[in-house]
Amino acid sequence: MRKSYLIIVSLLLVAAMLVTACGAASTPEADQSSQPAPAEQAPAEQAPADSAPAESAAQEQPAGKSTLETVKERGKLVCGVNQAVPGFGYLTPEGDFEGFDVDACKAVAAAVLGDANAVEYRALTAQDRFPALANGEIDLLSRNTTWTMSRDTSLGFDFTVITFYDGQGMMVRKADNIKSLQDLEGASICVQTGTTTELNLADQMAAAGVTYTPVVFQDAPSTVKAYEEGQCDAFTTDKSGLVSQFAVLANPDEHEIMDVTLSKEPLGPVVRHGDNQWKDIVTWTLFSLIAGEEWGITSQNIDEFMTSEEPEVKRLLGVEGDLGTGTGISNDFAYQAIKQVGNYGEIYDRHLAVEPFNLARAQNALYTDGGLMYSPPFR
Amino acid sequence: MSASSAPAQHNKTRIPFYRDTRVLAVLIQAVFAVFVVVFFVWLFGNMFGNLDTLGITDFQQPFFRVEQVNGKTSLSPWFRFLYSSAGFDILDTPISYTRQDPYLRALAVGIVNTIRVGVIGIILSTLLGVLTGVARLSSNWLLSKIALAYIEVIRNTPLLVQLFFWYFAGLLALPRLRTGEEITAVILPGPIYMTNRGIAMPWIRGTPTTGQWALFVVAAIALAWLVSFILKRQEEKRQRSLRRSTWTFLTFFAVAAIGWFVLPVQPLRIEQPVVADTGFGFVGGLTILPQLTALVFGLVIYTGAFIAEIVRAGIQAVPKGQTEAARALGLRNAQMLRLIILPQALRIIIPPMTSQYLNLVKNSSLATAVAYPELFQISGTILNQTGRAVQVIIIVMLSYLAFSLIISAFLNWYNKRVQLVER
Ligand SMILES: N[C@@H](CCC(=O)N[C@@H](CS)C(=O)NCC(=O)O)C(=O)O
Repeated sequence: MRKSYLIIVSLLLVAAMLVTACGAASTPEADQSSQPAPAEQAPAEQAPADSAPAESAAQEQPAGKSTLETVKERGKLVCGVNQAVPGFGYLTPEGDFEGFDVDACKAVAAAVLGDANAVEYRALTAQDRFPALANGEIDLLSRNTTWTMSRDTSLGFDFTVITFYDGQGMMVRKADNIKSLQDLEGASICVQTGTTTELNLADQMAAAGVTYTPVVFQDAPSTVKAYEEGQCDAFTTDKSGLVSQFAVLANPDEHEIMDVTLSKEPLGPVVRHGDNQWKDIVTWTLFSLIAGEEWGITSQNIDEFMTSEEPEVKRLLGVEGDLGTGTGISNDFAYQAIKQVGNYGEIYDRHLAVEPFNLARAQNALYTDGGLMYSPPFR
Repeated sequence: MSASSAPAQHNKTRIPFYRDTRVLAVLIQAVFAVFVVVFFVWLFGNMFGNLDTLGITDFQQPFFRVEQVNGKTSLSPWFRFLYSSAGFDILDTPISYTRQDPYLRALAVGIVNTIRVGVIGIILSTLLGVLTGVARLSSNWLLSKIALAYIEVIRNTPLLVQLFFWYFAGLLALPRLRTGEEITAVILPGPIYMTNRGIAMPWIRGTPTTGQWALFVVAAIALAWLVSFILKRQEEKRQRSLRRSTWTFLTFFAVAAIGWFVLPVQPLRIEQPVVADTGFGFVGGLTILPQLTALVFGLVIYTGAFIAEIVRAGIQAVPKGQTEAARALGLRNAQMLRLIILPQALRIIIPPMTSQYLNLVKNSSLATAVAYPELFQISGTILNQTGRAVQVIIIVMLSYLAFSLIISAFLNWYNKRVQLVER
């Protein structure tokens, strides 16, 4: 027993020393150059052999290399997606990822690598997604993520394009006859952790003066299951997520989405802060899908547009100018993305305008149709 | 070794250092230490580099720097984020907490909940384990086989699966409190409502006079102690029993009862659970949350099976001669167990028991599966909302380490007490 204390305490000490030693150094470079110091205590011959590989490995780190280079070298885009949100990010029984958010990954892969299928997917829960993006496990997070200021600033991410304008909603049982938040007094509400949802819920219920019991789960399936089993009287998430879960419920007819919106949820793909080139590439690939719809360019008719006389279409498709190469990717990036994946409208219709979701375009229609989708000019 | 067989000569010719086992041992350790240090420094260097690119500069600040954050004093910029308001609500808050409280407070709620689960879990699993362990050795065939079946099934399936089972198949299988406009809960006399929202039962509540009555109770204890003290002396003097315990108890009871009736308002009352207007929950009474029940139940049943095996082994390790001697003295079975077997078995049982208790506390971190907000669940939420993974994980690890050290320190102390003192 004594001995194990000693070991634990000394391990802790070592850990503490490491943490403080590294923390004191002002930059990571300084850290690495100061490495060999501890080695001096060891026999001379051992020191260089030991520290050399560590140092060169450290220089190979993604910190020093751009995401674009990494992706090109790997030949694959690693994309963080949902696996349990049908229509947006869903793992089919055949083992393929499918959905609106998944297609954003495909479009980026087509633009950067010329192949929409050169994607490696990582299924991430709301809770796992940010660490996975922050530590470089994924290149792109495309998983109904709400753009908020703290995520953009203090969490160290960059949001690209809002691909889906949404709001938080609440699912309840029809039989319970719940019409307003006040009707939920004393209710248990199922919500997923690590989301804006759990924060909005707390805010809105407090504002409405309603006391409730939050029942918090880590992933969508447990959350929905607990609601369905009657553990909760309501289940809350983005309205898109609610509509999507209808596909999972055993008796969808018994449930309804309340006519209340708790928040604004602008959703879109996210990248790490600090790599502007990569952010530009993702942003403009996504804009190209919207621009494609604006011009009526689809995956079917895109080849006809290659001979278009319209200057912006020429620049968009890379027939003229060097918008793509200027960003470090091929000039036909938009062509590849639209050709292989489809324009924004096609993607939307393919995944969301179908049974059982039938989601109307509403806010997500083009600005010309009264929606909010709008691409800055390609010039 | 060679020193004893081959004397003087060997000692004079010096062995080259690379063949000297003593030097080699130190060398290997040193190389290993350097390797470990370099590895960790590299890991941390990487991490700080990555964080730096993200624009997260916490670790570039000095560790200690007192500053004001949201009106609270923070000691370290690394942990400054803990003073921002948490923003989320928590299911079970034994200490006061609102969403405007800082993350630090949310963490405290988690720690208190973990301690609560740990303490209840350790007590109940010990009871269950000892009973089952003894049952396992019972001469009653059925009892012993039931104990065996329980132990084997539980020890050989994963705890997570068991937790899901208790939660989804056990507690959530209870009816909803209300379905549509109808109350569908099972209502036992009391009333005790059995629902998937928890078990609601009448509970004791304080009234405005509770504090005053507490004074009477204190007085009652003091008087009872005094009576006991005086009677003890008299008993010793007169060398006969004066029914000391009866009088002590009566004194206590009488004083407490006087207080109860003298006070204008009854100091304690029983509060019935009432179904809330909306029919979604209860007002008043005590509601035991299904999440907590499932977690404690799961942990107790799981750990109890392991403790049962430890108890069985401990009892079997007591030499047979002890049993025979006890029989020869004419002790009854229960007496033999209580006076001869268990005290000796205890010495063998305690060390492995410690590790079961540690496991129980660590396993409570599986609570996220059943949505119970203990330390691990709450810190997961904090990690996610703040993005401060390293700091949160350090806090969580240190907390569990502290729980473990406290438990083993306590049991080591107890172990020392029950060990045989060699004379
Ligand atoms: N938009 C919100 C919530 C996004 C979210 O994670 N929604 C849940 C509920 S549908 C989800 O997608 N869960 C899927 C999973 O974790 O498997 C956010 O960014 O915080």
